[in-house]
Amino acid sequence: MARIRLENISKSFGQHTAVEDLDIDVADGEFFVLLGPTGAGKTTTLRMIAGLEKPTTGRVHINEADVSAWGPAERDVALVLQQYSLYPRLTVRDNLSFPLRSRVRNMSEADIEKRLDYASKTLRITHLLDRKTDRLSGGEMQRVSIGRAIVREPQVFLMDEPLSALDAKLREALRSELKDLQMRLGATFIFVTHDQVEAMTMGDRIAVMNKGRIAQVGRPQDVYSNPRNTFVAGFVGSPAINLLPGRIVGNGAVMAPSFQLPLAGPAASEGAYTFGIRPEDVSVESGAPVEARVHDIENHGIEKIVTMRVGEHLLRAAIPARTTVALEDQIRFSWNPNKVMLFDATTGVNLRHQAA
Amino acid sequence: MMTTLSPQSRAATRGWSDITIRNLFVIPTVAFLIIFNVFPLLYSLGFSFTDFRASSKAAVNFVGLKNYADILADPVIWRSFSTTLWYVIVSVSGQFVVGFGLALLLNRPIPGKGLLTTLLLLPMMLSPVVVGLFWKLIYDPSWGILNYALGLGKTAWLTDANLALYAVAITDIWMWSPFVMLLSLAGLSAVPKHLYEAASIDRASKLYTFFRVTLPLVAPILLIAVIFRTMEAFKTFDIAFVMTGQPQAELISSRLYKMAFAQWQTGPASALAYIVLIMVLCITNIYVKYLNKAKER
Repeated sequence: MARIRLENISKSFGQHTAVEDLDIDVADGEFFVLLGPTGAGKTTTLRMIAGLEKPTTGRVHINEADVSAWGPAERDVALVLQQYSLYPRLTVRDNLSFPLRSRVRNMSEADIEKRLDYASKTLRITHLLDRKTDRLSGGEMQRVSIGRAIVREPQVFLMDEPLSALDAKLREALRSELKDLQMRLGATFIFVTHDQVEAMTMGDRIAVMNKGRIAQVGRPQDVYSNPRNTFVAGFVGSPAINLLPGRIVGNGAVMAPSFQLPLAGPAASEGAYTFGIRPEDVSVESGAPVEARVHDIENHGIEKIVTMRVGEHLLRAAIPARTTVALEDQIRFSWNPNKVMLFDATTGVNLRHQAA
Repeated sequence: MMTTLSPQSRAATRGWSDITIRNLFVIPTVAFLIIFNVFPLLYSLGFSFTDFRASSKAAVNFVGLKNYADILADPVIWRSFSTTLWYVIVSVSGQFVVGFGLALLLNRPIPGKGLLTTLLLLPMMLSPVVVGLFWKLIYDPSWGILNYALGLGKTAWLTDANLALYAVAITDIWMWSPFVMLLSLAGLSAVPKHLYEAASIDRASKLYTFFRVTLPLVAPILLIAVIFRTMEAFKTFDIAFVMTGQPQAELISSRLYKMAFAQWQTGPASALAYIVLIMVLCITNIYVKYLNKAKER
């Protein structure tokens, strides 16, 4: 098992800089998630760890060894890709044993059989072993692909959006399977995804990436409740956070010209800010201070997400599913003043992080 | 209200119906095929059972299977067949090795790849007669560049009964390897890059990757290339005709040409043509079976 350390990593393709000045330290046995939108540099970072790309500057360490100049074969990492990358025309068994038959390993048939058996039982694909890979469903293919990683007993598991091509139900099932597997193996996982739900549910820690840089690294709960800037705040969390441009006047937040709400604690100095409030911290009740109209309703089953219109502002609130509301109804809302986040109006940085 | 139009009135509003337009495109092609392909095919099948000579006005007699029997009993024709078979094996395997080898070399990022590919494709764009003529110059025993370059003295490539076949095969390989290369290149570039990446991460050697990943994926298209080249090699006529008249190393198509147009034995020549056709069909059928198997896998 292994600790992975990236030191001042940058990668450019011609004029385009894909990753800039990246520092990541992944602990041994950690489930580490690289989260970000398309083009954030997550996959490039993963490929540099795998050795498929060489960083333009900076170093990659696996355990204490500097592996920057090593090829992918020498690094002993396993990679699972979104497109499965199963070897066509081979059976599942041949696919699983493929990495073990490498001459570098010099493994005996009995050992190969033992590992195959363990992997196929772990992933519940024993019944598929003699099937050709093109006769498998998407979920089965991804299981085989993960199995091919497991048999190797690698130092690190690298996964590039392995669940993105699967349908929602399967994705959910494999999500918990993967997390479970990681805990049982005690292995270091680095998992790339653009899906913040995957990141939140699986990761021990998350690195949120944007435009080739790391926006924030932290435990899922910290990233969620204490985002470093408006980008992280907006990217993590579904339904998305409400970001409202406004001003602090006295002890309250003023969203001119429509409404104002109280703030808690020692107020920041007066001036322009972006106020962030998660939908679950907005409450809809008859006695609340601000009046709004129902703009949109999304029924999620366990709750309803109501989009409210106040002047030119739109605000989402999570309300219990049994509440009956209709479009254009007049409702009243307020927010939990303790949960309001303050971001600098120009830089977008969370004031709490600015101070630190 | 929905108006329902009868087919006639709909066609009338548009001028021509879909069926008319379809026929307009299809009928000329079909007619062309029938006049120039199907009819001669059947007509020559008829000839093959007669003693018809296109050069004479003598009455045409039905002779049954005599032409076929004569041909199959003729040792000269059997020698032509075995020469041809050997020629096909040498020529097609040569084209396969050179063409696939070139494709493997070209299937990587190299500067000037497009230009290089185009240049390599030139031989197969030339007319076979032109190719035959200038290879004849190259092979010339007294002042040809081949003997000069290899220091072979006065080796008579095209008149020596043992060498003529190989000389023609080399020319054919030179001309048609690019075709195999082109198809192989298409096959190779269709192998997804992520499979190679996965293999390199799985610590597979280059050779192992080639046999376990690359080859199974390009096998069907390689087989198609071989089918095409085998059929063509069987019919090789122009190059051989231009380059050599070596009677010991006569290909079946040259034999056929002589029977049909030098000796005017139209009936027996038709019979021979049918025998060749059946043989080519049998051989390509074997390939097609393999092809289907390769695709299934």
